[in-house]
Amino acid sequence: MKFPEDLRFSKGHEWVSVAGDVATIGITDFAQDELGDIVFVEAPEIGATLTQGEAFGVAESVKTVSDVYCPVAGEVVEINSGLVDKPELVNKSPYQDGWMIKVKISDLSALDELMSAKEYENYVLKSK
Amino acid sequence: MTSSGKTPLYQDHIDAGARMVDFHGWLMPIFYSSILDESKSVRENVGMFDISHMGEVEVKGENAFALLQNLTSNDLGAIEQGQAQYTALLNENGGILDDLLVYKISEERFFLCLNSSNTESDVNWIADQALQYPDVEVRNLSRHYGMISIQGPNSEPLLKLLTRRDLSKIGYYHFVVTLVGGHSVLLARTGYTGEDGFEIFCEWRETGSLWKQARARGKSFGLKLIGLGARDILRLEMGYSLHGADISAETTPYEAGLGWIVKIDKPGGFIGCNALKKQREAGVKRALVGIEMIGRGIPRGGYPILSGGARVGEITSGAMSPTLGKAVGLGYAPPELAEAGTPLAVDIRGKMVEAVVKPKPFVSARVKKPALPG
Repeated sequence: MKFPEDLRFSKGHEWVSVAGDVATIGITDFAQDELGDIVFVEAPEIGATLTQGEAFGVAESVKTVSDVYCPVAGEVVEINSGLVDKPELVNKSPYQDGWMIKVKISDLSALDELMSAKEYENYVLKSK
Repeated sequence: MTSSGKTPLYQDHIDAGARMVDFHGWLMPIFYSSILDESKSVRENVGMFDISHMGEVEVKGENAFALLQNLTSNDLGAIEQGQAQYTALLNENGGILDDLLVYKISEERFFLCLNSSNTESDVNWIADQALQYPDVEVRNLSRHYGMISIQGPNSEPLLKLLTRRDLSKIGYYHFVVTLVGGHSVLLARTGYTGEDGFEIFCEWRETGSLWKQARARGKSFGLKLIGLGARDILRLEMGYSLHGADISAETTPYEAGLGWIVKIDKPGGFIGCNALKKQREAGVKRALVGIEMIGRGIPRGGYPILSGGARVGEITSGAMSPTLGKAVGLGYAPPELAEAGTPLAVDIRGKMVEAVVKPKPFVSARVKKPALPG
């Protein structure tokens, strides 16, 4: 199970990678492993405004439907269109090719509420 | 609720790295590696399932046949010793209390295989009805028998390595009592996948030995262990109903497209027969249809089925079919909308997604066809 050092993590098992004021968001290695084979990803429209903690999409595995929450508030500037035909990228590459959306962050201080890789790893171990 | 039951293979599942879930009070593997890969293995090669949670009930005695004829909708008189029959237990309204297989061991001895979640209520129902029949014994043997299912085109070649019995002589829905892996078992050519395959009833304490032997022998075939997730997908691809999802005490066999297991003119009738006669004359008001998604999205149990923007029914089960690469489901719709090709829509979390009625099964069955003489 991977916990990349350069990412921030939410309690809902989403990860955030920040470049300037744009956050790239996806679900964690732990989350994809729990869900099993992802067969469908539903993303928001580009331009949609998300509040912190709002459900922005759905990751659907063979057996379950799971909402994905936006750990930071902002405007959706890009979605990963590669997931339309290859939702399995979320399983195969949760932190790279399986990213879900990019958001222009409206309040950077929200990032402080997220966990570091080490904190998230402990959080996952406790929830197991 | 008491703590969850463990099958005799519980530790084997843990050791194999299975993801376990509580399934109606049983700790069962939902998948070992990947539901999609496991489904594919059964369609293309061979897979093995622990289904020891299933209920087994023995009904024996001089009046066992008469009791079961009255309790089930199919005609038990139509099968011989060594044959199994798919049938249903109905209530007085024709509602399906459970669907089951009846194995005819002898003229006065039958073996029932029941859904695990219904076993207790089924046994009570059967025992209550049995009071009217002298000399019938009903025994719940669910904790005495484990059950292993081996399914897929390579199930016979694999099983050949575990028994000296000539498997080519066992036809579909036939069974024998024989030695497999050195244990005396009931070996039936049945399954819930649409592929050729076998279901094996064995002593609870011998189930582990059989499982380990089959795994060892299966290595050369690339045998995969299959969890309940793939089991559900495989049966859905065949359009097989799941009790508690697609069928229940609130639905009748006619509504569920199971008219073929209702022998309405069976001598002496059966419980639910009068209600079904009326329904047959009046016509059903809903029918269980196969639905294939055209738009993006997966139908799930409880999602509304729409026609012309109006709600006309409800999805009862659905999934992404790995065999077809399409999302499919089952659901109830008015009979005038049940014709294959009828355009419908499914309300997927507030979005209206295009769908179409498809004939069942979604995937062609490749079970071994009957019935081999000698």
